[in-house]
Amino acid sequence: MSKNLEFVKFDKVDKSYDGKVLVVKGLNLDIAEGEFITMLGPSGSGKTTCLMMLAGFETPTNGEIYLDKNPISNIPPHKRGIGMVFQNYALFPHMTVYENLAFPLRVRKIQKDEIDKKVDKALSMVSLTGFENRMPGQLSGGQQQRVAVARSLVFDPQLVLMDEPLGALDKNLRESMQYEIKHIHESIGVTVVYVTHDQSEALTMSNRIAVFNDGKVQQLSSPDKLYEEPVNSFVAEFIGENNTFMGQVTNMSKDQCKVKLNDGSEIIANPISVTSNGEKTTVSLRPERALINTKDKMDNNFKGKIEEVIYHGDHTRVRLDLLGNKEFILKVPNSSANMDIKMGNQINVSWNSHDARALDPK
Amino acid sequence: MSSETQKILTTDGIPLEVSLKKAERKNKIKAFLLVAPLLLFLLITYVFPIGDMLMRSVDDKMVTNMLPKTFKAMESWDGKELPPEEVFEAFYFDYKLLVEKKTFGKLSTQLNYTKNGFKTILKKLQRKMKKFEDGNYKEQIMAVHPRWENVEYWRAIKRRAPAYTSQKYLKGIDMYKNEDGKIVDVPEDRQIHRILWLRTLEIAFFVTLLCFLMAYPIAHLLATLPMKYSNLLMICVLLPFWTSLLVRTASWMILLQQQGVVNDFFVFIGLVPDDARPEMMFNKTGTYVAMTQILLPFMVLPLYSVMKTISPSLMRAGKSLGGTPFVAFWKVYFPLTIPGIGAGCLLVFILAIGYYITPALVGGASGTLISNQIAFHMKSTLDWSFASAMGLMLLAGVLAIYWVYNKLVGIDNIKLG
Repeated sequence: MSKNLEFVKFDKVDKSYDGKVLVVKGLNLDIAEGEFITMLGPSGSGKTTCLMMLAGFETPTNGEIYLDKNPISNIPPHKRGIGMVFQNYALFPHMTVYENLAFPLRVRKIQKDEIDKKVDKALSMVSLTGFENRMPGQLSGGQQQRVAVARSLVFDPQLVLMDEPLGALDKNLRESMQYEIKHIHESIGVTVVYVTHDQSEALTMSNRIAVFNDGKVQQLSSPDKLYEEPVNSFVAEFIGENNTFMGQVTNMSKDQCKVKLNDGSEIIANPISVTSNGEKTTVSLRPERALINTKDKMDNNFKGKIEEVIYHGDHTRVRLDLLGNKEFILKVPNSSANMDIKMGNQINVSWNSHDARALDPK
Repeated sequence: MSSETQKILTTDGIPLEVSLKKAERKNKIKAFLLVAPLLLFLLITYVFPIGDMLMRSVDDKMVTNMLPKTFKAMESWDGKELPPEEVFEAFYFDYKLLVEKKTFGKLSTQLNYTKNGFKTILKKLQRKMKKFEDGNYKEQIMAVHPRWENVEYWRAIKRRAPAYTSQKYLKGIDMYKNEDGKIVDVPEDRQIHRILWLRTLEIAFFVTLLCFLMAYPIAHLLATLPMKYSNLLMICVLLPFWTSLLVRTASWMILLQQQGVVNDFFVFIGLVPDDARPEMMFNKTGTYVAMTQILLPFMVLPLYSVMKTISPSLMRAGKSLGGTPFVAFWKVYFPLTIPGIGAGCLLVFILAIGYYITPALVGGASGTLISNQIAFHMKSTLDWSFASAMGLMLLAGVLAIYWVYNKLVGIDNIKLG
């Protein structure tokens, strides 16, 4: 069975609410069948608008959305057959759990015994068997969330949309629900489009992540690529922690460039979005890629002064004053070798030029 | 644990319950003092008047007090044959006293209510009484007029002996106690109250229905529009509240009368010929239109307050799960608005059932309600006890509706705001 790589296709989609500002700008996005794709971005970046257009609650101002090769702009939401999990669950408060789950089946005129079977199956999938006769108000937040997930899946949709479904849960519950949703996705192979502003949620759950900002997809790639190889400074800043240096490209070669920083010192970096000398750039370096007092040979070696030490249990965060950047963060693993970290000490910091990505200036 | 309940003590050894009560007593007293003025106000302006009204509606002490000796003497009379001499004698002395106090007219009016024909014979008795001799009053009174020999009249007097009566209530539903003490309908051509009660129920029901049909979309619009527009709309809904009831009713009269604006418009567009303008005022139509308009906010506001709390994502969920917009509305949205519908309907119905000013002004003959009849007896006939009786019947009706509503929907399901 060949997978449909264009199961959902956004084709040059624009969206504006007031005719003045574009909330979504020329969006092109292909989602493969069975994929778990996350739309990640700060609030107001257009991700929820995209989801609402896909669900049918908003219409694109321009462009077209295709579901399994069919344009869907003129199909009303109830005929799209797309499951959806809402931010605040949107369980029907006057119906029992059973009735909530049976709702999509009843409107499809499915036989009673068939409904019972499907509801049973869906409830056991979210391990809530025996809760059929409870009202949503009698359930905890996590249980309500599971009911909402079960309800969105009970009528066997090919596509499920989730709009920040875990936003209202506390941290521990959120993490366990993340795994649960991921496992459900893996076991039934449904296509999931997931919207969140929580990057760790996106990184743990998704096959691919589309990072939204300013109505555009900044980068669409797998979680590891997104983290290791951000293509622009917004993605680098938004995903994970990041140390930045502002400067100007001075010596451009094929896979290396020299960047002259604002305080006059020069570092060697990996040119990603710079091409010629004289360009302004932001160099991005992940905290865990910079090492202290290392014996390995690396092409960037500098001395920094420790400004602050924050104990985190398994690791220690060290804030340095390095090359004019007073917010340079290092993550030092908690091992006996690193006991000389004290405030005010001078310390050697080194990194590979490959890990210092010279991106667009902010 | 043993069956003995162990008292929990505070650290000072005082039982916890006592300590708690002591600690909270001050707050309780403060809270009570805070509501005391209102309580007093309600007691004076609500509980006492209603109690007084109840008493008045069943009070029949007037005759009882005018003929104390007679009724005492009548206690041993079985009512089958003419009463014995003592009754006549007691009646003579009672009546003589009334004649001296010049209040005998009231007695004749009251007794005439019970049985026609008392007025003449009492007047005659008053004239002839001056020449009565002592003793043998039975013969002397019976000689005044043959009706005094009729046992029916004496029975009629005895029927007025009890200090309390239900006759006003019976009259309110077009019934009365006949001479044999049986409760029967008044002749059909003289029945007015039953028609009024039914009309009141009918008008209240349809006004409630009309209000509901009109208020539901408005309330929904109010709850879903952006704040900017919904505020404006809310002002439009509340505007009638800020206008005098009389002014509003009067403007309906200007609009709907036969030479009014609406009729002129109908004639202008050729809907009706000029010589056959429909009557829309001073009949039921006028009452319906004006009352619906005036009571509409009472339906809109509870509905709005309930709809405001319904998350729009519920309707979206209904649609995304495959429900057509109608199914999503009917299965998801509508059931959630029932508390508001209940509150609004109950409010409008109860207000409509006792409505007075509007039907009085625009109702004409066919559009007046029971409250207009109450007002008529308060102001014109001065039969206050009858007005009280009908007022209480109205109150009982409202309480009955409330009770039925509670049984059907449950009063906890009501949401007024």
